[in-house]
Amino acid sequence: MLHAENLTKSFDSLGVLRQVSLSVSQGEVVAIIGRSGSGKSTLLRCLNHLEKIDSGRICVDGEVMVDTDNGGYAPRDRLRSICLKMGYVFQNFNLFPHFSVLRNLTEAQMCVLKRSREEAVSRAEALLERVGLSDKRDQYPCQLSGGQQQRVAIARALALDPMILCFDEPTSALDPLLTKDVLTVIRDLARDNNTMIVVTHEMAFAREVADRVMYMEDGRIVTQGTPQEVFADEAVRTFTAG
Amino acid sequence: MKYFDNPERMLLLLQQLADGLGVTMSLFALTLLISLPLGLVFALFRMSKIKLLRFPVWLFILIMRGTPLILQVFTVYFVLPQIFGMSFDRMTAVVISFSINYAAYFAEIYRAGVEAIPQGQREAAHVLGMSRPQAFGRIILPQVIKRILLPVSNEVITLVKDTALVTAIGMVELYRVARNAASASGSLEPLFVAGLFYLVLNALLTAVFDWMGRKLDYYKG
Repeated sequence: MLHAENLTKSFDSLGVLRQVSLSVSQGEVVAIIGRSGSGKSTLLRCLNHLEKIDSGRICVDGEVMVDTDNGGYAPRDRLRSICLKMGYVFQNFNLFPHFSVLRNLTEAQMCVLKRSREEAVSRAEALLERVGLSDKRDQYPCQLSGGQQQRVAIARALALDPMILCFDEPTSALDPLLTKDVLTVIRDLARDNNTMIVVTHEMAFAREVADRVMYMEDGRIVTQGTPQEVFADEAVRTFTAG
Repeated sequence: MKYFDNPERMLLLLQQLADGLGVTMSLFALTLLISLPLGLVFALFRMSKIKLLRFPVWLFILIMRGTPLILQVFTVYFVLPQIFGMSFDRMTAVVISFSINYAAYFAEIYRAGVEAIPQGQREAAHVLGMSRPQAFGRIILPQVIKRILLPVSNEVITLVKDTALVTAIGMVELYRVARNAASASGSLEPLFVAGLFYLVLNALLTAVFDWMGRKLDYYKG
């Protein structure tokens, strides 16, 4: 489903990703853990073309997004359609403040996927139901709590039917109580066999939900495997013990 | 007291001022109509990634904001015809110089507004598959409008009063009519009456901007 090979990325000669490779298969939930600055968010941003890689190859659902040895990034329109196979949920939600909750969910369906208004609205309503926010459809993001905003953001990403859903520390901006609601939604998505990549600091959650955990340090994936294997690893235990 | 205790004289003055007001209003409206969108074009060039587009507009804005408007009016009315061998009537020259001058100010206001929108908004539009024009038109610009309303209203109100500058190239508008009446009668009263005209005009504009501000107050951020 997703193949990334030898990704490198530096900011001003500071190596943030060093030869990172990963594959994610259909229905798999991958959790990426590691210290702040280990490169895990940058990795996720590169996979979603929010940052450009310096070298490497990214392939989504058999289509080449970028191959620096072979022509670089795909042409703009192709690139956009490849990126649409991925959904992305930000740490700080980034909902559109000037749109109602409903319009946050329908806008891209209509202007990007060219769905009709009726189709977009019914999809949006179904998703709001799913994240438990049907009653908020006509409110504005500023009227919602952080946890509600993040659930809207998840619904907004799902509205475009991505093949892979990426989460960049989805609960880091939330207090523990609100975190619970968001994690419940992500857990349900995992149960429904959605393919997901989750960058997270919630170790218990990673252990519970992930099929595979990757531990990153200094821009490299140091160890990966099932949660049992990874959390037994010496380096990871030092990390989780703080 | 030459006017305030003489209704007949006052009525005549008011009629003359009303004619002047017509000229002032057309200059004001035409300038806004051109400079508001033109400012957006300047702002887009000014924010371009391409230096060749950015630099000339940067220089142009520097000159427009850095020299007196009256000098710019003189330049368009007296100097350009000599260089290009074509002449403008007064109104055209004034509308051109006012429009590009105000567009320069609006461009910087727009730019500040665009740069104040968090990067996350652009990123969210990007991951939802929107093209750059879609993101700008649907996500960025609507939020910019709310943020720039106040500084734009400042410029608009200043513009109402700046129209009085065009007396310098002999255009007859509200202020000129009042000044003529003042010199003819040896009284300052016509100027104060004209001042009242400007004040009422700006009070109306202020009310319009307040109303727009309330309309845009349906969300925060």
